[in-house]
Amino acid sequence: MTDSVTSSAAAWGVLPAVVVVALVAVALGALFVVVDRVAVTGVRGALGAPVVEAGRLLVQQRRVTPAPDRLLWRLASAAVLVLAMLSMAVVPVAGRTLWSTTADLVWFNAMEALMWAAVWLLGWGPNAVHSLVGGYRFLAQGLAYELPLMFALITAGLGAGTLRTTGVVAAQRELWFVVTMPAAFVVFLASAAAFAFWGPFSAPAGDDIAGGVVSELSGVERLLVEAGRAVFLGVSAAMAVALFLGGGAGPWLPDWSWQLLKTVLVMLVLVAAGRRVPTLRPDRYVEVGWMVLVPVTLVQALVVALLVLSGWYA
Amino acid sequence: MLTDVAVVTLGVLAVAAGAAVFVVDSMARATFALLASFLAAAGMLLALDLVYVAVVTALMMTIEMVVMAVFMIMFMMNPAGLMPMTMVHNVRGSVVVGAGVFAVLTTGIWTIDWPERDGRRPADATRQLGETIMGGHMLVMLVVGIALFATIISGTVLATHRGRYDRFGPELDGERPDDPVPGGLPR
Repeated sequence: MTDSVTSSAAAWGVLPAVVVVALVAVALGALFVVVDRVAVTGVRGALGAPVVEAGRLLVQQRRVTPAPDRLLWRLASAAVLVLAMLSMAVVPVAGRTLWSTTADLVWFNAMEALMWAAVWLLGWGPNAVHSLVGGYRFLAQGLAYELPLMFALITAGLGAGTLRTTGVVAAQRELWFVVTMPAAFVVFLASAAAFAFWGPFSAPAGDDIAGGVVSELSGVERLLVEAGRAVFLGVSAAMAVALFLGGGAGPWLPDWSWQLLKTVLVMLVLVAAGRRVPTLRPDRYVEVGWMVLVPVTLVQALVVALLVLSGWYA
Repeated sequence: MLTDVAVVTLGVLAVAAGAAVFVVDSMARATFALLASFLAAAGMLLALDLVYVAVVTALMMTIEMVVMAVFMIMFMMNPAGLMPMTMVHNVRGSVVVGAGVFAVLTTGIWTIDWPERDGRRPADATRQLGETIMGGHMLVMLVVGIALFATIISGTVLATHRGRYDRFGPELDGERPDDPVPGGLPR
């Protein structure tokens, strides 16, 4: 690589880098909310409505349930947003990641796994039945997509020969990974939607269980959780660009604008597809996950492994 | 210096969270206290710059604890779990075993002749770790992997109370399997 410093904390200093990356994460979340609103309700009110809703939640009185597990509940409400921000640490911003290690992709996956714990706790905390059912649905759904997601992440690392995000971006200088890894790309995006229990994977927060995991949330905590979901979706779109769409690579324009452009495009695709598919029942999706997605992602990994052996990515 | 402080702090945190498992009175809290302990241990590995091992520890332990929380609470006599419960059984015996294991491990850690590092740190420790573990032992690893997988499948087959006769009828001529959960694929 021409640029040897891959960590923005090393290049700009720790505090400025953390602030910039956190702001970018929030901006990505806001961007996703706007794109989502535009797709659902049209351009009118797409900007205003989320702001009004956030303000309403900030001043809303907190609702309480009898005998909640307050500690775990509060912890979980904050954790969703914190984990979404932490996964941003390995997503490239202006060609550098906040934290560049030899295991970036595993870090991203570990934050997602912690999201399991957080969302289940979110369901557990209020001591309410719908909420708990939602938490269990999230886990059941997780059993379906966790393995395919891991294979998808590994496939990108396999093609690049490194688990470092900036290394994966650099490996796509000749050809974007989406060309040889279309299945991994789709599975990655679908799993991101599932981790944010959004779109077709929103059963954990479904209307049939009165809002599920988020049913008892109110005020600031609800705002934190909703913001965490949006930030995670935004961050995942940016990560998908880095892993499969060549990061900031593109002609004429500077790197960051290509990256932003591609990220918005991925968000549009995600929203356009996700808002058209009805909510999937977790028990049905589990079978699809194990009978279709696991074999497909395994074959995908095999194809990439053979391409690596044949020197395709060299 | 900073590393020492981080390791000691996280070590104390790991032990404290581990002790909390036996103090708290709900299954959910016990599980997540244990997870906190594991995460503190992963943090120690991170402070020692063993990034891959640290992150994998966090990843595996989180998934493990979440799955454990689900099954433990599902199979508990009091599935609510919020009502008082305790993780402590056979107090005297467990204290003896715990103290004994602690003594043996501590003695071992302080008396063992740890090797000194010779050579420089590799640029990519994760790759080196992979090559050290897998490099010359790929065949063994593959066989072990398949054996473990076969064990999982056999365990599931032995545990399930529904066989093919339940699913396809006594003559095995049913067109569609008669499953309690319909599943998502057209069969």
